Amino acid sequence: MRLLKTTLGALLALLLLSLHAGAQAAPLSAEQARHLLTRTGFAPTEAEVRQYAGMDREEAVDRLLRGARTEARTPPPPWVNEEFERPRVKEMAPEERKEYQRMLALRGFDLRGWWMSEMLTTPTPLTERMTLFWHNHFVSSLQKVRVPQAMYRQNVLLRRYALGNFGAMLHAVAKDPAMIIYLDSATNRKGAPNENFAREVMELFTLGEGHYSEQDIKEAARAYTGWSLEPRTVDFKWRPFFHDEGVKTVLGKSGNFDGDAVLDLLLAQPAAAEFIVKKMWVEFVSPDTESPANRAEIARIAAQFRASHYEIRTALSGIFNSPRFWAPENRAVLVKSPVELVAGAVRQLGVGYGDPLPFVYATASLGQNLMAPPNVRGWPGGDVWINSTTLLGRKQFIERLMRVDVMREPASDLQPLAAESGMNGMRRNEGEKIQGAGRTGAEGRERLVRAAASIQVDSQKYLAQFSGPVQLTQAVLPGQPANPLAGDLAGPPLLKALLLDPMYQLK
Amino acid sequence: MNRRIFLQAAAGAAALASIPGWAQSALSASSANFGNLLILVELKGANDGLNTVVPFADQTYYSLRPRIGIKREEVLQLSERAGFHPGLAPLLPLWKNGQLAVIEGVGYPNANLSHFRSIEIWDTASGANEYLHDGWLARAFAANPVPRSYLADGVVVGSNDMGPVENSPRSVALVNTDQFLRQAKFAERGGYAKNPALNHILQVENNIVEAAAGLNGHFEFKTQYPAGNFGSQVKTAAQVAANKSGVAALRLSLGGFDTHQNQPNTHANLMKTLAEGLVALQASLQEIGRWNNTLVMTYSEFGRRPRENQSGGTDHGTAAPQFVMGGRVKGGLYGQAPQLARLDGNGNLPYAVDFRDLYATVLERWWGVPAQGVLGARFAGLDLVRAA
Repeated sequence: MRLLKTTLGALLALLLLSLHAGAQAAPLSAEQARHLLTRTGFAPTEAEVRQYAGMDREEAVDRLLRGARTEARTPPPPWVNEEFERPRVKEMAPEERKEYQRMLALRGFDLRGWWMSEMLTTPTPLTERMTLFWHNHFVSSLQKVRVPQAMYRQNVLLRRYALGNFGAMLHAVAKDPAMIIYLDSATNRKGAPNENFAREVMELFTLGEGHYSEQDIKEAARAYTGWSLEPRTVDFKWRPFFHDEGVKTVLGKSGNFDGDAVLDLLLAQPAAAEFIVKKMWVEFVSPDTESPANRAEIARIAAQFRASHYEIRTALSGIFNSPRFWAPENRAVLVKSPVELVAGAVRQLGVGYGDPLPFVYATASLGQNLMAPPNVRGWPGGDVWINSTTLLGRKQFIERLMRVDVMREPASDLQPLAAESGMNGMRRNEGEKIQGAGRTGAEGRERLVRAAASIQVDSQKYLAQFSGPVQLTQAVLPGQPANPLAGDLAGPPLLKALLLDPMYQLK
Repeated sequence: MNRRIFLQAAAGAAALASIPGWAQSALSASSANFGNLLILVELKGANDGLNTVVPFADQTYYSLRPRIGIKREEVLQLSERAGFHPGLAPLLPLWKNGQLAVIEGVGYPNANLSHFRSIEIWDTASGANEYLHDGWLARAFAANPVPRSYLADGVVVGSNDMGPVENSPRSVALVNTDQFLRQAKFAERGGYAKNPALNHILQVENNIVEAAAGLNGHFEFKTQYPAGNFGSQVKTAAQVAANKSGVAALRLSLGGFDTHQNQPNTHANLMKTLAEGLVALQASLQEIGRWNNTLVMTYSEFGRRPRENQSGGTDHGTAAPQFVMGGRVKGGLYGQAPQLARLDGNGNLPYAVDFRDLYATVLERWWGVPAQGVLGARFAGLDLVRAA
C-alpha cells in the first residue's frame, strides 16, 4: 500500500513537472489533438484526431507545417485558362449584356464551388486556412475584378505561397492581375497618380496605421507607376512610358525607386513582421493581443519571423508551439468563421453531397462570400461574425442539416434546404449579400436545387463512434455546453442540441 | 418607486392600453424622448460630396473636374450657388416643402483618409487620434436607457456591421422581419459568461428573444418600394418602425461609393437609388403617422478629393455634405459652401461643421439628452429641428 502511494506520488510529481517544464515532450491527448486540428484546419474527423493523438506537440506541429500542400487537388473549372477579352459591356445589346453577366455570375459560383470542394476534401486543411487567411489579407474581390480567370490565378498564387515566404508573396501579389485591377494600379500613371494601392499596401498589407504618413503614400504611388496589364490576356505588363523616373522619398529613404524597391522598403520596417504575426495571433490563438503575456509572445515570434526573412512556417511554428496557443484560458475564445462553421460541420459529421454549391451559398449568406470580401480590409472576423441575423442563419443551417438525416427524412423534403438554410440567395433583393446569385438564371437555380437534394447526413453512423454523451460533447464542443441539456437527451436529439448550443459557434 | 418597477408599470400600462410603446416614452423615467425615432443612412465607401451638392457657380469646380463635373445645366438648383446631382430629383419635393436640411462641409479636424479608420471615427464619435470601442449611440443608450418595453435600442437593417450601435447591449441586426420571426425560435435566453466571445453570443440570443417578442405585427404598406437591396432595407425599416413596441434608432446602409474610377455612371445610379429609397421611407413613415417624429440623417466616412483623378474617378477626400430630413426638420442649406480655393496639402477641403455637431443635434434637440458626456466634448449642435 505504501509502495503504491509512493508510486502514485511520483507519478503525480512527474505529471506536474511535465505540465510545467516539459509540456512539449508529453504526447498529445485526443483533446489536445482536436484543439490543434480545429484551430489550424476545420473541425477534424475522429480518424484525424486518432492520427495526431499520441504525437509530441512539436512533432505534430511540424507534421502539419511540412505536409501542407501548395496546390489544390480539386480540378479547376474548365474555363480557367481561356483567354479573356474584356468585352465592351456598354456597347452590348441588352440581351447580350444579360447573357454576359449570367456567364460571369455562373463562373463566379464555379470558382467558389471549386475552392469549397478543396476545403471540404483537402488532406491538409491548414493549406486552405492559410489561403483563406491571405485572401482576407491581400484582398481582391470578383465584384470589382470581374475577370474570373484572374481571381482563379490569384487564388492559386495565394495557395502556392500560403506557407512560403511572405516577402516573395508580397512582390508577387502586388503584380498579380486581379490585384492590379482591384486597387487600380493600371490607372496609376506618371503625373496622374492613383493612390489606392500605395495606401492599402502600407495600411493593410504590411505596416498598419501609424507607421507611415500621407506624404509617404503620395511618394510611393509615384514609384508604382508603370504597372499595368495586357488587355487581352490580362497578364502583368510593365509600361515604362507611364513610370515616374523622378526621385521619391518614402519612409525617410530617397531614390529613383520603382514599385519593387518600395515594397522592399516596407519589408525592411520592423513594424511589418509584428503586423503580420499579430494578425495570425488573432486568427489562431486569441483576440487578445494586448495583455502582457500575449504581447510578449507576439513580439518574440515577430522577431523570429523577421530574422527568418519572413518565412511563414517560422511564424506559424512559433504560434502553434507557443504555450499561449495551448493555454486553457485560450480555449473556446475564437468565433468560427462561416467557412469554418460550414466546412467544419461537413467534414466532421461526414456530410454527403454531390455539388458543394449549397455550402458556398451558406457561407455567403452568413457573411463570408468567398472571392468577394466586403472591402479591401476584408472580413473583420471575431465577434463581428455574430449578430442576430448571422447567428440565426448559422443555427438554421445546422437545423436543416439535421433534417436531412438519412434516418429521418424522405428525399422529397430536401428542397427547403436550398430555399432557406442560409442558401436563400436565389431570392430577389438578396443582391448585396450574394452578388450575382440572381443573375445565374434558371440554370443556376436548377443546379442549386439538385445540389441541395444530394446532401445527406447519417447521424447514427457519426454517433456510433462515441461511447456516450460525454465523449460526444467533447468531440463537438470546445467546452461545456452553455445551455443546460435535458438529462435524458441522447442520440440524434443530443447531437442536434449540442450543434445548436452557443458553444458550437466557438473554437 | 424605483426606476425598474416604474418601467415595468409603464410597460404593463402600455400592454393594457395598447398605446404604441414609442408614443408613451413620456412615461419613461429617463427624460429622453425616444418616441422620436432616428434613422441613420450610411453611404458606404465615401460619397463624393461635390457631385452630390454641386457648387455650380464656382468655376474652380469645373476646372478641377473637367471630365466628371456635373454640367451646370443638369444641376437641380437649390440656391444661387448650390444644386443637386440630377439623380436626386426625387428629393426636390421634400426640399421645396422645407423638410430637407443639407449640411455642407461636414467633417472633423485632422481627417483620416482610411475608409476603415474614418468610419470608426464617425461610428464611435471619437477624435482623429482617439480610439473608442463603443458606438456613439451605444454610449447614448448606456447613459440614457431606452425603455425596456422597446423591442430593441437599435436595429441595423441589411448589414452585418453594427456601426454606431456597436457594443450596445440591446441592439439587433435583421434582414427582413418575417424571416427574423421565423428563425427566432432558435434563440434561447442565456445567462452571463466570463468568456467574452461566448458572452457576446449569449447577449445576441437574448436580444433576438426580446426583439422577436416586440415585433408583434405586420403592417400592410401601400408605399411602393424601389427594387434592389436598398429598397428592401427601406421596406424592412418601415416594418420595424410600424411596430407598436418602439425602437430608438435604425441604421440602413447603401454601399458602392468608393468611386476611384469611371465615377459618373456609378455615382448617378447611387444618387438615384438613395433618393428613391429616402422618398419611399418618407412615404411609409407618413402612412403610419411617424413622419413628424422621425429624423433621417445620412453619413459617410469622408468626401472625395475635389480634383478628379486620371481614371475618371476621385480619390479619398475630407468634408462632404450630409442630409437631414423629417416632418419637423427646418429645411435649407446649413454649414458652408465648399472652399475650393482653400484646399489643404493633400488637395482636400477644409471642414465647416464637425460631424459631432450633427450628433449633438440628435442627442440634445431630438432626444433631449445631454450630449457632452456621450461625445466627450461640448458640441453646440445645429438649429434644424422644429418643436413638436
